[in-house]
Amino acid sequence: MEKGRPPEIVLTGVAGSSGICIGKAYLVDKEGVDLVEKYAIDRKHLLAEVRRFQNAVKAARDELLSIIESAPEDLRRYTNILETHITMLQDKALYDRTIETIQKECVNAEWAFKKSVIEVKAMFQDITDAYLRQRAEDVVHVSDNVMRNLTGAKSVKIRDIEKRVILVAKDLSPAETSQIKLDRIKGFVTDRGGKSSHTSIIARALEIPAVLALANATRTIQNDDLIIVDGTAGIVIIHPSEQTLEEYKARSEAYRRYRNFIKKAGKLEAKTTDGILIPVMGNIELHGEAEGVKIYGGDGIGLYRTEFQYLSRTDFPTEQDLYENYKEVVSTMGPLPVTIRTLDINGDKAIAYNGNMVETNPALGLRAIRYCLKNPEVFSAQLRAILRASALGPVRILFPMISCLDEVIEAKKLLNQAKRSLEKQGIPYDPNMRIGAMIEVPSAVAIADILADHLDFFSIGTNDLIQYSLAIDRGNRDVAHLYNPLHPAILRMIKHTADVAIDKGIGIYMCGEMAGESLYAPILLGMGVGELSMNPTAIPLVKSAIRSLGFGQTNDFIREVLRKDRADAVAALVEERYGDLVEDKAYFK
Amino acid sequence: MNSAKELSKELTVTNELGVHARSAAQIAALARKARSGVWIVKNGETVDAASIIDILTLACGQGSRVTLKIQNPEDINVFNDIVSLFENGFGE
Repeated sequence: MEKGRPPEIVLTGVAGSSGICIGKAYLVDKEGVDLVEKYAIDRKHLLAEVRRFQNAVKAARDELLSIIESAPEDLRRYTNILETHITMLQDKALYDRTIETIQKECVNAEWAFKKSVIEVKAMFQDITDAYLRQRAEDVVHVSDNVMRNLTGAKSVKIRDIEKRVILVAKDLSPAETSQIKLDRIKGFVTDRGGKSSHTSIIARALEIPAVLALANATRTIQNDDLIIVDGTAGIVIIHPSEQTLEEYKARSEAYRRYRNFIKKAGKLEAKTTDGILIPVMGNIELHGEAEGVKIYGGDGIGLYRTEFQYLSRTDFPTEQDLYENYKEVVSTMGPLPVTIRTLDINGDKAIAYNGNMVETNPALGLRAIRYCLKNPEVFSAQLRAILRASALGPVRILFPMISCLDEVIEAKKLLNQAKRSLEKQGIPYDPNMRIGAMIEVPSAVAIADILADHLDFFSIGTNDLIQYSLAIDRGNRDVAHLYNPLHPAILRMIKHTADVAIDKGIGIYMCGEMAGESLYAPILLGMGVGELSMNPTAIPLVKSAIRSLGFGQTNDFIREVLRKDRADAVAALVEERYGDLVEDKAYFK
Repeated sequence: MNSAKELSKELTVTNELGVHARSAAQIAALARKARSGVWIVKNGETVDAASIIDILTLACGQGSRVTLKIQNPEDINVFNDIVSLFENGFGE
């Protein structure tokens, strides 16, 4: 019987980042053999390497034994499987085989063990009995225990990938995505996450296609499978047919042409038909992205997320490290403003070297300004670095997660201390550097009038504001669809914040994902949001949308919007009135 | 390969789940006590009874027929213990 090519499979998920890529899949999870490093062991040290493996197995065995011993009475009957696992640990197909490989091939224990595990798993694949075939899982569980002991549970090293691939993972942590090299990674596919999760944000920043929330991509896609990622439509095609491939190659080319057109559109300024100029800025995460903001025609940086310098290393960066980094961004942007947001860690960005803080609800825990105020030495180093950068160009400072007045006062107190210490040392800074707060916690909206007296500007962070207001975890695929910026509650909160800011004469900006949707531009302009900051790639589209809007008209429009009682009704109204603003979407559909 | 001293017996898997991980572990634990080889044969394929993984990959579902073999008659006690394991359906 002739073996045909595997059938084409189409998976539908959430469109995380636009674009199309075609390439080979690279699975990033503990079963991806390539993630285990192979290195040679000198003959002299083979015995020690074997012993290291034996110790790892013994440790795994001891762990299992202690689990069995400490199991509560009514769970005892489930511990049989653990006893089986102990037997399996000593099985010759795993144990003897691995030792043999270490000695014969002079390789490290992890590699030798992985090889044995793969061979064993392959033997199971041919079994037709479904129940018995699934016993391969037992082997995986057992091997995971040993592998963890061997490697000390190191995280995935994406930076070491040396092929041009499409990453396929259950989920990617910020620390992982921060290692991505553009010349290696063509796109992302993940089981979890959503449009606003960190992975999507990174993918859009890097301009690589991403499809998320596919539920079981990692189980369906195998290493080296040819896949197409359509990040615009949110689909992934596995084993595409010749016809599909041709179709997607053409589509990918059309998309590239479209992108080029859009980049040109970014160069023009965003002035409404009645002459109001709206600065359209870029959000960045890595200092190198500042260049991208300029390419797309950004009028400055409305949000520089500074976490990555903290995430990509094992200790805290020094003031000098931070300063060098900010200096590069400020000098790249020239005379354009750079808004530096102070450290916003924890939440979904847990820092490894502070790993002993296990929070059950990190989004509501010790993060951002709360973390910084508790760790003044960490915070002060950053404040000094930002102040020093302010001597080089227009810098604004932005405090994240403000939920009460004391946080603003306390943060400003530390900022003033940093100013005084710089003065004493004769180091220059801008004494008039503008100070702003992220409006992303519902309580900050409610006390906007109180906060405004102490600040120069507000920057509305819609991602967290929506998450906190609607009680929706944007990374949870079961509720992700409820995450909606057009929810009347959100629109009212933005309107209130903008009204207060305008009344108090301070700046009102937006740096959340919502700002980057050209379809929402008429709403935001109508509410009086004076500056929009977004993913750099969205700048040209939003700019061209603003150019086609009359500021006066949007003011009238907003009254209609606020009369709508549901997100759907708002969406329908915007679509009906301004749908042509986003005709680009039809361009590559 | 066939030795005159070799002992063998045909057995049937009676328990509902077949020879799964736990039952395979029981067989392997007994087979490890043997001085010489203990083998299980199914459809012409021979595996080491001391290896739980080897046994599992034989995929002995309920009703499958296998042959148990020992190389050395001195291992007769091990042989008999494994036979009774099969016969009482691995105590399930």
